[in-house]
Amino acid sequence: MNNILLAVLVLIGAPIIGCLASGVDRKITARLQGRVGPPLLQPYYDVKKLLSKDNMVVNASQNFYAVVYLVFIILSLLMLVFEQDFLMIIFVYTVASVALIVGGMSTGSPYARVGSSREIMAILSYEPVLILYALAIYLLTGTFKLSALLDKSSPLLMYTPLIFIAMIVVLNIKLKKSPFDYSTSHHGHQELVKGMTTEYSGPGFATIEIAHFYEYVFLTGLIFLFWASNPIIGVLIGIIAYLLVIVIDNITARVYWQWMLKLSWSVLLIISIVNIAFLYVSGAQLA
Amino acid sequence: MSLAKSPWIIHVNVNSCNGCDIEVVACLTPLYDAERFGVLNIGTPKQADIMVVTGSVNYKSVNVLKNIYNQIPDPKVVLAVGACASTGGIFHDCYNVIGGVDQVIPVDAYVPGCCPRPEAILDGVVAALSILEEKKKGNIKGKEVKLKGNEVPSNA
Repeated sequence: MNNILLAVLVLIGAPIIGCLASGVDRKITARLQGRVGPPLLQPYYDVKKLLSKDNMVVNASQNFYAVVYLVFIILSLLMLVFEQDFLMIIFVYTVASVALIVGGMSTGSPYARVGSSREIMAILSYEPVLILYALAIYLLTGTFKLSALLDKSSPLLMYTPLIFIAMIVVLNIKLKKSPFDYSTSHHGHQELVKGMTTEYSGPGFATIEIAHFYEYVFLTGLIFLFWASNPIIGVLIGIIAYLLVIVIDNITARVYWQWMLKLSWSVLLIISIVNIAFLYVSGAQLA
Repeated sequence: MSLAKSPWIIHVNVNSCNGCDIEVVACLTPLYDAERFGVLNIGTPKQADIMVVTGSVNYKSVNVLKNIYNQIPDPKVVLAVGACASTGGIFHDCYNVIGGVDQVIPVDAYVPGCCPRPEAILDGVVAALSILEEKKKGNIKGKEVKLKGNEVPSNA
């Protein structure tokens, strides 16, 4: 009974938090650019408007993929909240990303196709780091189950500082923020138009936006795990990481996808492996 | 109310001299900041609500204009920005010019001027918002505009 209540709370609470986070993002971005910026609830108005628009699709399966994306994001968030197997969470989350890619590919628009193939490159570059993060949790607790990690009293961050740095960049890639905003961008008037989501309209696009709200909470949840022993510090680290990503979004320009692949497969992968090697050699266990 | 709070625009240039386009872009700069009304320049017609057209329509661009108009989901409004988009402007009697945008697709609001000031364009967008709300309330759909082959001017 308690579990069902928690699930309902997550289903209702997560999009509200995600919506506010998205609004804060737009507000801070506007202030950094010397503008007044939209109201805090602007993402909510956008979704409400999109739901009231006509549903215009180019093929019958297009909106199905958007719903699959939403369902699997919610599923991965619920698995995170219920402290399930971390490796499984990563795989479920990947299915969600793949659904968005297939949805973009199915529309046949050249912009959507370019965006989708760039998103495949993004998955290629952040997935190894996520797997190494899971491996670090395994080495420190002896199991991939998150419930074991959350029972410990000492924070994960003390043992995995290098993976934490890598995860900040992963957060940047997954939130599709500059300099890695090349699969779909918030700035639709550029060369990519809207990338993967170019051909989505009305309710279909609203579904993707709502899924993004859940994704915001899920991704900051992954950062929260670094200090899960004290929830207040954990949430604080999640918020700081999110604000850092917004600042990076505003001070950098979009790079080639090759640059991101080089960055992640050289720097991020190497510092993660160094961290893993240190944990393996020292045989450290989370207290 | 939801439509008026987040109008996303698509900017279409049909044979404009770029004067009006510069002013449309100026609306998005920090000085005028159209985003405080929730206005976004969205780039794809599939997600747009307001179609901002600049320039007089000619025989090369007429089908592009119709195509983009058809791709915007209802409810939608068309805003003609500048003298050329409203009436044809100084190009109205050119051999290749059809005339204002309203010769091809239904226009809901006009912003006169050559070129109009950013304040006037923002005013036009705000005027278009109430029309957008009325269209939603009355469930008024934009008619699909038929595409033709390469049209030949009658005076050619």
